[in-house]
Amino acid sequence: MSSISPADVAVGTTGDGGGPRQPGRVSLGGISLNLRSSGIYIAFALIIVLFSVLTDGALLTPQNISNIIVQNSYVLILAIGMILIIIAGHIDLSVGSVVAVTGALAAVLMVNMGWPWPLALLATLVAGALIGAWQGYWIAYFGIPAFIVTLAGMLLFRALTLTVLGNQGIGPFPDQVRTLANGFTNGYLGNVGLGPLGGADLFSLLIGVVAIAGMVAAQWRTRGARKGYGQSVEPMALFVLKMAAGAALILFLVVQLARFKNLPWVLVLLAILVLAYSLMANRTVFGRQIYAIGGNLQAAVMSGVKVKSVVFWIFVNMGVLSAIAGIIFAGRLNQAGPTAGNAFELDAIAAAFIGGAAVQGGVGKVVGAITGGLIMAVINNGMSLIGSPSERVMLVKGAVLLAAVAFDVWTKRRAGAAR
Amino acid sequence: MTEHILRMSGITKTFPGVKALQDVNLSVRRGEIHAICGENGAGKSTLMKVLSGVYPHGDYEGEILFEGKRCEFGGIRDSEHAGIVIIHQELALSPQLSIAENIFLGNERARRGVIDWNRTNYEAAALMKRVGLQENPTTTIADIGVGKQQLVEIAKALSKEVRLLILDEPTAALNDDDSAHLLDLLRGLRDEGITCVIISHKLNEVIAIADSVTIIRDGRTIETLDMAGDHVTEDRIISGMVGRALDNRFPPHEPTIGDEALRIEDWTVYSPSQPGRKVVDNASLTLRRGEIVGLAGLMGAGRTELAMSVFGRAWGVHISGKLFKDGKPIDVRNVQDAIRHGIAYATEDRKRYGLNLIEDIKRNISAAGLTGLSKRGWVNENEEYRVAEQFHKSMNIKAPGVDSVVGKLSGGNQQKVVLSKWILTEPDVLILDEPTRGIDVGAKYEIYTIINRLADQGKAVLVISSELPELLGLCDRIYTLSEGRITGEVPRQEATQESLMHLMTKGQE
Repeated sequence: MSSISPADVAVGTTGDGGGPRQPGRVSLGGISLNLRSSGIYIAFALIIVLFSVLTDGALLTPQNISNIIVQNSYVLILAIGMILIIIAGHIDLSVGSVVAVTGALAAVLMVNMGWPWPLALLATLVAGALIGAWQGYWIAYFGIPAFIVTLAGMLLFRALTLTVLGNQGIGPFPDQVRTLANGFTNGYLGNVGLGPLGGADLFSLLIGVVAIAGMVAAQWRTRGARKGYGQSVEPMALFVLKMAAGAALILFLVVQLARFKNLPWVLVLLAILVLAYSLMANRTVFGRQIYAIGGNLQAAVMSGVKVKSVVFWIFVNMGVLSAIAGIIFAGRLNQAGPTAGNAFELDAIAAAFIGGAAVQGGVGKVVGAITGGLIMAVINNGMSLIGSPSERVMLVKGAVLLAAVAFDVWTKRRAGAAR
Repeated sequence: MTEHILRMSGITKTFPGVKALQDVNLSVRRGEIHAICGENGAGKSTLMKVLSGVYPHGDYEGEILFEGKRCEFGGIRDSEHAGIVIIHQELALSPQLSIAENIFLGNERARRGVIDWNRTNYEAAALMKRVGLQENPTTTIADIGVGKQQLVEIAKALSKEVRLLILDEPTAALNDDDSAHLLDLLRGLRDEGITCVIISHKLNEVIAIADSVTIIRDGRTIETLDMAGDHVTEDRIISGMVGRALDNRFPPHEPTIGDEALRIEDWTVYSPSQPGRKVVDNASLTLRRGEIVGLAGLMGAGRTELAMSVFGRAWGVHISGKLFKDGKPIDVRNVQDAIRHGIAYATEDRKRYGLNLIEDIKRNISAAGLTGLSKRGWVNENEEYRVAEQFHKSMNIKAPGVDSVVGKLSGGNQQKVVLSKWILTEPDVLILDEPTRGIDVGAKYEIYTIINRLADQGKAVLVISSELPELLGLCDRIYTLSEGRITGEVPRQEATQESLMHLMTKGQE
């Protein structure tokens, strides 16, 4: 604000020239890598390698892969809903209890009252939505912090579960529900020989090939459209490399599963949910508004985002996803029990934060949360394979959670200091 | 010469890209009331933050001598220890604690870590008597008015054995009775030997109370006047505050003024935090297409509150008045309504209300106009990129690409992102609140060019600014706001900084 020379006044002579620096980036042979957003995937790969070695390859056997997916599917489903809530800057402590109460409801409807299973399923999902709406109302419209509302919900819905079940489990579930939770796609097309790997289910393999083709086609179209708009795209070699890596990953997973009992139905469900919610978060107005609210609530309000409505609906969504998880969990155990879902909320929250969500909100990805959940699943599974006692598993999981968030805070502070 | 209690010499304080203070000198005599006057952003508060250690030693250049001793404060505790206490405009009281607890906050009357409540309340009562505060020491702060809260702050300062008391806009939020009482109190403290530095926009108060006045403009000391010796008048202070020559800091502009775009009638807004306080009082103004209208007012006059309440009732309670868009009455109940009716408001506080700092440029630009870039709820990301890239070029946003994170841009470039965001909503009326705050001179010129371009496109622009030269250089017509009321409407040709400043400081008669 000192004296003004003509040079200062000319448009385009001031500003920060070279532009902002990008801390937290490393350059590897021309491919620059953002540590903060990709660190989680590197960590996941390292953990898999570590436990493969420690377990002499038992981790990646067909049956074990299948087990990891089936045993953790409900937490992963919860993590999808949780990451959206955390991005918006809220939290949900009640999901474990909601899993229990919706599982109990499904059991009462199907087993005690003899409703046809599709109708009972639908009714349970609606109940989940109503539970979410109840909590969303208090949080969004009444203005009580989500921590308090969902802490109350944790107690309320657990109490409701105990009331409904009267301290006993209800089962067994209809076969269809059990299949969804625990079962596998059928060998519709028979087996095919894979040489030294033995026989594998042709249908599963075909699904895998279709998935790979779909992925490549979608990425290719996006790339083409970007080029059409004159945006810079990654070099062809890198694109091919990425696609090849993705294809190899899917193929490996599918072949291993096809060698065991084919594709678990929950994996199919999970894949659909992850795809749908990733698209929703990135490509829809609603998804963008979630990020806007978490990034800067005041600015979102002043930009015309209907904050209350968005927050309300992400809690409704969490209720529905909790109901899905509740049905799957109950179906897998073939009974709805009073202690179902205990501490699931903590696993889901940990998955979101390990997966790169920011404590202050505004940052996070659905795929990240799934990866975070899988990291914990692999640690759980790998450590039990090598016979670690459960207290040591808990210790490691706690350390991983702390380290992940510490890393996030550290990179952010470095980014701030470099400004 | 009388002894000086405080001498600050050669103070220079730089923020990234902006020199806030340049070679400022301030000498305060023992036992006087010394006023500091200057426009908003002149550097008064920065100077006081240097003095009180908010900006620690080493963060600025220059020397501070207090009581003849050289001071190198590392923080507020150091300056308070030396006997310098600053009372900020936003009071630093804990609303749910009692008066006595607040007075001794951080300085508790305790024996071996256990609070001595009898002593606390007894000593508090004595201090309260000194400042003329008639309340029970155990009353909570939330239950007393702002005027009394101000007295609690002063009592708190007295408890620390203050020798130099700094008050930043002490009467800005007070009514006339409370203000008069406060000024009396300051005179009383002066007679007890406490030196006061008071920053105030209310020049009549400065004339009434100060023994000398230092005028700061653009981060430099202009002059120090002795009130009695120099026969200082309000006009004399105003000419010191604004006496800067206008140069070619503004792009030339010929307006093409069209029909009325927005009319605000009898607009009244009450404060949400202080029940019964009118912040905007029966204000009426008219904006026309192609016209750049200025809104001048000092801090606390209600400018931002007026703008934000018009923009979808985003501020204030019990809002009354009428809005007319293109001559037709409109009902604007929330921000979505405002945007739908073609009103845009670019905030003065970019970081708090304007931007998602952790997000990239393109997503910030699309934040308010996302529905226009989407079909059935799905965002066309390529279109979003294209539009952002367009603004990147046309607004000359200096960043490597539209994927750059907004938090790392300079103030000027952040402001361009905010403007882009609102232009994308295709508004007819743009309210720009302090559009050049915290921006360097070159970027200011670019912002002015953009504002002219918007007016040429037939949009009505309302510019709120604390810098009178900016309003005079940019606007076709200027309203002045004082204590929530419109006190004048002046065409550019007839406006001078002096005439505007008179209207802006016009008190309630």
